[in-house]
Amino acid sequence: MGIETEYGISVPGQPNANPMVLSGDVVTTYAASRGIRPAQASWDYADEAPLRDARGFDMGRGVAHPSQLTDVEDPTMANVVLTNGARLYVDHAHPEYSSPEVTNPRDGVVWDKAGELVMREAVARLATMPPGVNLYKNNTDGKGQSYGTHENYLMSRRTPFSRIIAQLTPFFVVRQVMCGSGRVGIGVDSRTIGYQLAQRSDFFETEVGLETTLKRPIINTRDEPHAVADLYRRLHVILGDANHCDVANLLKLGATSLVLGMIEDDWLTSATTDLTVRQPVRALQTVSHDPTLQATIELADGRTVRGVELLRTYHELAARWVDDRLGGDVDDDTAEVLRWWNTVLTALEGDPMDARRWVDWVAKLSVLEGYRERDSLGWGDPRLKAVDIQWSDVRADRGLANRLAATGRVEVLVPEAEAARAMDEAPEDTRAWFRGACLRKFPDAVMAASWDSVVVELPGERALQRIPILEPLRGTKDAVGDLVEGAPDIRSLLASLAAADGRGD
Amino acid sequence: MAGQEQVKPQRRDDGPDDTPEPVPAAPAAQAQDTDIDDILDEIDGVLESNAEEFVRGFVQKGGQ
Repeated sequence: MGIETEYGISVPGQPNANPMVLSGDVVTTYAASRGIRPAQASWDYADEAPLRDARGFDMGRGVAHPSQLTDVEDPTMANVVLTNGARLYVDHAHPEYSSPEVTNPRDGVVWDKAGELVMREAVARLATMPPGVNLYKNNTDGKGQSYGTHENYLMSRRTPFSRIIAQLTPFFVVRQVMCGSGRVGIGVDSRTIGYQLAQRSDFFETEVGLETTLKRPIINTRDEPHAVADLYRRLHVILGDANHCDVANLLKLGATSLVLGMIEDDWLTSATTDLTVRQPVRALQTVSHDPTLQATIELADGRTVRGVELLRTYHELAARWVDDRLGGDVDDDTAEVLRWWNTVLTALEGDPMDARRWVDWVAKLSVLEGYRERDSLGWGDPRLKAVDIQWSDVRADRGLANRLAATGRVEVLVPEAEAARAMDEAPEDTRAWFRGACLRKFPDAVMAASWDSVVVELPGERALQRIPILEPLRGTKDAVGDLVEGAPDIRSLLASLAAADGRGD
Repeated sequence: MAGQEQVKPQRRDDGPDDTPEPVPAAPAAQAQDTDIDDILDEIDGVLESNAEEFVRGFVQKGGQ
């Protein structure tokens, strides 16, 4: 799994500054600080297929919106791979950090936070050239534009996509109650004053679809596995918010992963009544627009439930499934997710404000309500909107979420020092380790890389060599660490990889 | 297999303790009032002074 985040970008006092150029500056500045030349480790697009639909057909390029054509290399677009296995690049008009592949939600939080520190480092370096550039880990400008924080989950190709749609959609309608980041303003352009749970919910218009930049769907069907296509699909989740609270971020990845596990195991079909939500897009917005958590949504069987009630149902199902499948053998990561899920839900079922240490929208709302009470501010007051935006400023001293965390008011699961190490070090238990290690050990030989390949140049040879890394759980430190560390040069590494492959390792 | 990886038994051998017991905080109401005042004072110190201009200037191009 992994998280990719597009950051909001602005120049103080210059709202019309060109965001593509600025985003390029962010990427090249950070790359330079790590000794990476953008041309040296650029992206290998050979296996990208952004128009492939999980439902089994390709969209014609002619009918695609230009923003969907993400596989065409534009030399003006900065695009690098980092030694931690992540991709840092310009996506449309935003700098984006796509985390390396990890095997568990806690590592997901670690490498997502590492991305924040990457952006913070870029901001600090650009600040030496006034007016500098500011970056925001949020998902909307409140004026009609949204940019994404996407999650990716590796799934078996055998799982029918129709089952994923049916059983995941109800969970996604209510997940924001635990994972929303909070937003001042209702409607895509904030035309109605007020506060809502999620940054993204108002930007969703349809239930299932391929698009990510317009007519956004609750279930995205982009089918680019970046892995062995016959075995895997990559579920591309576009509906989530960027999180600052570690607990909410852990639950976003962890609870979703458990629900997907139940779907893959086809556990939900028999373990529960039909949880289908009527009019899921409208329900998504109904839930988001109600910070009291009293609003109800209608299920297909006629029942009405609150968001917290549906989340409790999913939690109980997940707990039962884990107990049935793993019993006493439950691993620490799963146990941690189930425990936090219960703790956070219990708080939200009582007085939602009790979840302020764990859930972004609650933490933000408690600050906003403090301002409203102290200074008698209405929801339309610009100061409240300023708090909403500045909440997500990546700088340690100016970002309000960062200040809350620094003063112990937010539960920190991943200390900053651990995230700082993850700026340079890759996860050890996925192919990200191999990708990162190649860049660290043979920086001059690596010409390009992607999720499923590393392209290297051998001294004296005209043709580049492409090393496929199609199996996400191969290329780990355990599997190839000795080979990589023991290789004096890239040619030796290729030879020892080929020999290992011949032995069937 | 390609199930959701974190449900497989696995254990990290290094790094800090990754399974803290959630400790629900239950501060008294008065402590909360004091705390929120402290937060607001702190935020006052760093919040953009011209909120209206700052908000107006935060204009983004669309993304995914």
